[in-house]
Amino acid sequence: MIQYIIKRLLQTIPVLIGVSIIVFAIMRVFSPDPAPIVLGQHATIEATEAWREAHGLNEPIIQQYFTYMGNALQGDLGTSYYTKQPVTQEIFSRFPATVELAIAAILFASFFGILIGTISAVKKNSIFDNLGMLLALIGVSLPIFWLGIMMIIFFSGTLGILPSGGRLNPLLQPDHVTGFYIIDALLSGDMAALKDAIHHLILPAVALGMYSMAIIARMTRSSMLETLEQDYIRTARAKGISEKSVIIKHGLRNALIPIVTVIGLQLGSLLGGAVLTETVFSWPGIGSYTVNCILKSDFPVVQGVVLLIATIFVFMNLIVDIIYAFLDPRIKYSKKGD
Amino acid sequence: MSEQNGQEQVLEKPESQLKEIWYSLCRNKGALIALGIIVFLIFVAIFRDFLMPYDPNYSDMGKAFQRPNSEHWFGTDQLGRDIFSRIIYGTRISLSVGLIAVTFALTVGTVLGSIAGYFGGKVDTVIMRCMDMMLAVPSILLAITFMAALGKGIDKAIIAIGLVSIPEYARIVRGSILSIKESDYVQAAKVIGNNDMTIIFKHILPNVLSSLIVRATLGISTAVLDTAALGFLGLGVQPPIAEWGDMLGRARGFIFSAPYTLIFPGMAISLTVLAFNMLGDGLRDALDPKSRNK
Repeated sequence: MIQYIIKRLLQTIPVLIGVSIIVFAIMRVFSPDPAPIVLGQHATIEATEAWREAHGLNEPIIQQYFTYMGNALQGDLGTSYYTKQPVTQEIFSRFPATVELAIAAILFASFFGILIGTISAVKKNSIFDNLGMLLALIGVSLPIFWLGIMMIIFFSGTLGILPSGGRLNPLLQPDHVTGFYIIDALLSGDMAALKDAIHHLILPAVALGMYSMAIIARMTRSSMLETLEQDYIRTARAKGISEKSVIIKHGLRNALIPIVTVIGLQLGSLLGGAVLTETVFSWPGIGSYTVNCILKSDFPVVQGVVLLIATIFVFMNLIVDIIYAFLDPRIKYSKKGD
Repeated sequence: MSEQNGQEQVLEKPESQLKEIWYSLCRNKGALIALGIIVFLIFVAIFRDFLMPYDPNYSDMGKAFQRPNSEHWFGTDQLGRDIFSRIIYGTRISLSVGLIAVTFALTVGTVLGSIAGYFGGKVDTVIMRCMDMMLAVPSILLAITFMAALGKGIDKAIIAIGLVSIPEYARIVRGSILSIKESDYVQAAKVIGNNDMTIIFKHILPNVLSSLIVRATLGISTAVLDTAALGFLGLGVQPPIAEWGDMLGRARGFIFSAPYTLIFPGMAISLTVLAFNMLGDGLRDALDPKSRNK
C-alpha cells in the first residue's frame, strides 16, 4: 500500500510540472503584453520598458519560467500588478472563504445526493424515483450562476429571509483565528456571528452544490441498484433483518465506494465552480478575486490561483485513488497507474 | 470471399447499431421531447431573422425596463432593447459555439486518442499525460484562463471551450481502441495488409462511434453552459452582440428592480442544456442494455 501511495505521489509530479508549463505558456506567451494594460495606453515607451524590466518580462521565456517555478517552490508566486502585494498573501487571505463555501456545498451535495439516490434506488420506477431523477437532471442542467440569481430573487427579494450576498455582516466580525467564520464564531462563542455566517452561506452553498448533488444522486442510485441485486442482500432479507437495516447497513455501505470517489472528485471541481458562484454572491473568496484579476489582466494572480487549484485538484484525485484502493481490496495496486 | 464477408460485417455493424439506437430512442418519451426541443432550437437559430419581432441591437432608452407585455413579450432591457428578439438572436450563437466547439474537440480528441491507443508505447504516454495535465485544471477555469489570454470574441470562446474538451474524447477513443485493437477482426485486417490509417478509420472507429455520439451530445450541453458562463463573466462576446450569458451578466445589477431581464435568458440556457442532457441520457440508455433494463 505504501509503495502504491509513493508511486501515485511520484506520478503527480510530471502532471503538476505540465500544468505549470501550460498555465505559464497561456499567460506569458499567448496573452497580450500586460504593460500597456496596467500602465494605461498613454504610458511612455520608456515607462513601459522600465515596467517590463522590473517585472522580468524582458528575460527569455524559458528563463522566466524557471525563475517563476524556482520562486513558486519556495512559496513565492510573484507580486500582483495592481495591489503590489505578494500573490501568495492575496490568495491565502481569501482561501478560507472559498474552502468554507466548497465544504458547505459538498456537505449539502453529499447529504441530499445520497438521500435522493438511495430513495430512488429503493423505490425504483416509483414517483419518488422519477421525481428524484428529474431533480438530478435539472441539477446538471441549470447554470450555477442563474440558479444563484433565481435564489437571490426568491429568497432575498421576495421572501426576504436570506442575505443576497457577502460573507458576514461587517459589524459581527468574529475574532480572526482560522479565517473560517463558522469555526471562528464557534471558538469565540459568538452565536450572533455564527447565525449570520450560516445565513450567508446557505444560498451560495446550495447554488454551488446543486450540480454535484445531481451527480452524486445519479451515482448513488446506480450503485445502490447494483448492490441491492446482490445475493448477500437477499440473504440479509431472508435472515429477517429489518428493511431499513438491509438498505443502510448492507446496501448503502457496500454501494459507498464509487459514491466516495465521485464526492472526492466533485470537491475538486467545486473550486472551479466557485469562480461563478462567488461572482454572483459577491463572496470574497479566490474565485471572484480571480475573475476581477482576469478582467484587469493581473496575470501573476491568475497564474497563481490556477496553479493552486490544479494542485488541489491533482491531490484530491490522488486521495480519492488511495481511498478507493484502501476500501476496495480487489484493486490491484500495480495496475492503477496504467 | 470470406474476407469480403468479414469486411461487410464490420461496415454494416455501426449502421445497424445506429438503427437500434434510434428504435430504442423512439421508446423514450423524455429523449423524444428533448429531440423535439433541439429541432425547434435549430429552427429558431436558422430562421432567426424572420422570427425576431425587433432588431436585437436597437436601443430605445425611452422604452428601457418595460415589463413583459403584449408588445415586448419578455420585456426590454436597460437599453430598451427587446429581450425576446435578443434571446432568439442568441440561440444561433449558443448552438453554433456548442456544435463547433464539440466538433473541434471531437476531431482533435479522436485523432489523438486513436494515435495513443493504437500505437501505444511512448506516443501513448506523451499524449495521455498531456491530456491528464489538461484534466488537472477544472474545465471552466481553464476556459477562463484561455479567454483571459486570447481576448473576447465568439471565435476565441469556441477555441477555449473546444480545447478544454479535447481530453474527454481522447480518453474515450483511446480506451475503446485499447479494448478493440486486439480483437480478431482487427488482427485479420492487419494480416490482409491494411495500413494503420485504414484499420483505425475503417475498422476501429466505427465501433467507438456510439459512445462518441453520446459524449458529444452531452458535450454540447457542457459547451452551451461554458459559453454562457464565459459571457456571464464578461469574457464572451463583444457588445452589443446578444448572447444569453452576456445578457445575464449585464443585467445583474437590476436583479431586484427588473428580474425579468435575468429570468428569460437563463431559461433559454437551461432549456437548451436540459434538452441536450436528456437526449444524451436517452442515447446512453438506448446504447446500454443494462441501463435500458433499469
